[in-house]
Amino acid sequence: MSRFMTGLLTAAVTATTLPAPAIGQLGSYNPLPGPQGTVVIRNARIVSVSAPVIENGSVVISGGKITAVGTSVSVPAGAQVIDGTGLHVYPGMMDAGTSMGLSEIPQGAASTVDNSETGRFNPNVQALNGFNPHSAHIGVTRVVGITQVVSRPSGGLVSGQAGVFQLAGSTAPAMALVPRAALVIQLPSASFGGGFGGGRGGGAGNTQEVNRTRELQLDSIRTLFADATAYGKAHAAWGRDRTLPRPAHDVVLESLQAVISGEMPVIFTADRAADIRAAITFAEDLKVRPIILGGREAVSVAVLLKEKNVPVVLTGVMDLPSREDDPYDINFAAPARLAAAGVKFAITSGDAGAEVRNLPYHAGMAAAFGLSKDDALRSVTLWPAEIFGIADRVGSIEVGKMANLVVTTGDMLEATTDTRYLFIDGRSVPLATKHTQLYEMFKDRQ
Amino acid sequence: MTKSARLLAVLALIASSAAGQGNRVSPILIRNATVLTVTRGTLTGTDLLLQNGRIAAIGTGLVAPNGATIIDATGRYVMPGIIDPHSHLMVDAINEGSLSVTSMVRIADVLNPTSVGIHRALAGGVTTINILHGSANTIGGQNATVKLKDGRSASEMLFPGAMPGIKFALGENVTRKNSNTVIVQGQPQAPRRYPTSRMGQAEVLRDAFVRARDYRADWDDFRARTARGQRGLVAPRRDLELEPLVEVLDGKRLVHAHSYRADEMLMLLDLADEFGFKVKTLQHGLEGYKIAPEIAKHGAGLSTFADSWSYKIEAYDAIPYNVAILMRHGVVATINSDSDERIRRLNIDAAKMMRYGGLTEEEALRTITYNGALQLGVQDRVGSIEVGKDADLAIWSGHPFSVYSRVDATLIDGEVFFDRSREAAEQAELARERAVLEKAEPNMVPGGPGRAGRAPPTPTGENN
Repeated sequence: MSRFMTGLLTAAVTATTLPAPAIGQLGSYNPLPGPQGTVVIRNARIVSVSAPVIENGSVVISGGKITAVGTSVSVPAGAQVIDGTGLHVYPGMMDAGTSMGLSEIPQGAASTVDNSETGRFNPNVQALNGFNPHSAHIGVTRVVGITQVVSRPSGGLVSGQAGVFQLAGSTAPAMALVPRAALVIQLPSASFGGGFGGGRGGGAGNTQEVNRTRELQLDSIRTLFADATAYGKAHAAWGRDRTLPRPAHDVVLESLQAVISGEMPVIFTADRAADIRAAITFAEDLKVRPIILGGREAVSVAVLLKEKNVPVVLTGVMDLPSREDDPYDINFAAPARLAAAGVKFAITSGDAGAEVRNLPYHAGMAAAFGLSKDDALRSVTLWPAEIFGIADRVGSIEVGKMANLVVTTGDMLEATTDTRYLFIDGRSVPLATKHTQLYEMFKDRQ
Repeated sequence: MTKSARLLAVLALIASSAAGQGNRVSPILIRNATVLTVTRGTLTGTDLLLQNGRIAAIGTGLVAPNGATIIDATGRYVMPGIIDPHSHLMVDAINEGSLSVTSMVRIADVLNPTSVGIHRALAGGVTTINILHGSANTIGGQNATVKLKDGRSASEMLFPGAMPGIKFALGENVTRKNSNTVIVQGQPQAPRRYPTSRMGQAEVLRDAFVRARDYRADWDDFRARTARGQRGLVAPRRDLELEPLVEVLDGKRLVHAHSYRADEMLMLLDLADEFGFKVKTLQHGLEGYKIAPEIAKHGAGLSTFADSWSYKIEAYDAIPYNVAILMRHGVVATINSDSDERIRRLNIDAAKMMRYGGLTEEEALRTITYNGALQLGVQDRVGSIEVGKDADLAIWSGHPFSVYSRVDATLIDGEVFFDRSREAAEQAELARERAVLEKAEPNMVPGGPGRAGRAPPTPTGENN
């Protein structure tokens, strides 16, 4: 029996205890997870990420949490036991650079694309309200071991609010680990024009004119934040003294209060060195917490990033080099150089949804070009969790954390590795997807 | 370094290495490798002797001939050079899409041998690519099969003896339903051009082959009469549009047909049967798994993406099990890149085929080597490691299916065209040259402080 078939049977066995999974819109098929049971995975290789590997150990999960990890653990009465002999247990991966659930078919099906709003200032729009929990992308992504993603809006200058979503569940609020995780600001580029292909395109034109436009756009964002600050003060004053005239309520300015207070970080999209520097300066101006998304030239700004403790969500490991005379491996090797410089970073697939499942191979490629295997694993598990402030809940196998676990046949970053069991929020997730369903339907057709 | 400077530097290297040996390349002995032959299993602790551009010997304890270069491959893996059956590398504009049928145009006429993408593809272990016309029209231009001999002229890169071919295209790219709804600023919308439906695509094909059949009959008639001694006959007017299609009818030109949906593929196979020609490959063929028995029956191959899907409507039912289902039905299936980016990591795409559908390691390797050779009609020359075949090889730091492996060297016809150990020195040389060029007068901004101009944008070459 092939490894794949075993996986399917496992899924089928699990599924029998569940309500029949429904087929979703456009033929998506993300069977619902089971209840939060008590499960012990025994005799497995435990790769906790945060502590040394346990070559032969056990993990106990109960009530959605990891309750024990070690070489010998006491098995709670009534626990389901999974023999993990020859298998590996990892924390689920996290892709911090997606628009999962917001865009299904980008070409030719515009009505399946909800990842951007019209207009330039949309701090109040939330990925939470566009996230389609039944996107077929979700099912195929989680079965490679990716258990949570950041999904973000794009477009305009202030695009809206990204959320962190676990990849199992039937409603967006139930799947949201952090409903409003970060504000997205797409700073205009200093000279590259941004745009097509992540900045590869040419924004030729008059440099002075481009920079003048850019300054005007930056000013408009400063004005927005000044207005929001004033708005906050006015409402605070009114809150203290109701005899004052009531300031008008404004959903746009209201939505920025969590950013101004420093509660919510800001994702700045920036690839070129000049743009990354500009984003850091701009964030200091606005007194907000920056996260750089993109980071194509982060290596050349590494000292500053380290000094200011600004994390990078690196999108371009697999991108072609920007310049003809760049080393062929400049982007493959960038994570190793960032790690050596002490910059905090996460590796993302940089994909909206359908190809997020390739995340482990982006990290693997970084390891082929100098990043340690351990750091490659951290860059798609613990580090993105730390950057988004949820490392107390996900990113490693530790007692008390959410039971987001992947049980694999081998190294989780290898393309030949298969998933045998998947747990999200302590629930067993069937490994069937739209893709396995079509496979089953057609594989024996004569 | 500029393109021309890079070319000159490479040429200088070749000239110096060839000095004193006439035109012959010195033999290379690769020692103590793990050899993935693809057709004859995996050999450990094995030596490979490369001589006169061919694999001269495979064995243990092989003796290096005089003047041989020795490559110690202890701990390394050697596989046949990767074959990409669908690429647009070395071509800036890939579509002559103004007409429904542009069989007269030839990719070989517009190859850019200085494309930096060649070096990057070599660094991914790729040695042979099939450069296809785009998918804008039902019958596109003629393709070129190329060996990535970086630094050589375009004509030296053309694969000698490769079967000529032609691109067909079906589905959304031809009907242009996508481009008609997207208005790119500053660019005109794609004009309406027949066909705008899959129905019309079938009729473009039927019309073209009906005309090609008549054209062939006219020539057959002319030749027959001439052979019978008739004098004073006027030869039929030569038709550059129909000539390649006659070659298709005669089995002398391979059809590579861009197609996504099962129904459009089936239409083409039926039409080909009706006119008596074979479709060599269905390119992309994302829904091929739905009609695997029909594809096998026709004898077509299929070249697809490992796991790309959902980027457009006709790609929404694509599954990564496509290759596995097709291969189990006896279809010669391959993985292609269709991208200057993905071409650099076809090894990982092939590795996924073991996960999705449970191909054996050798079957998965075939999808980027031997099966590609079959699809391009060059299986006697490349695609596997056998004595007598071209010495087109990729040497990896570890197993090519591991994400942690990288290419250390790539050889074509027994010559090293990529050597990772030389990269640092070449980069240093490039940096020196760049510094000099940036200070050069012609590169200064007029009237401003000295600053070099921007590098031109890198073409992505994607056309899926």
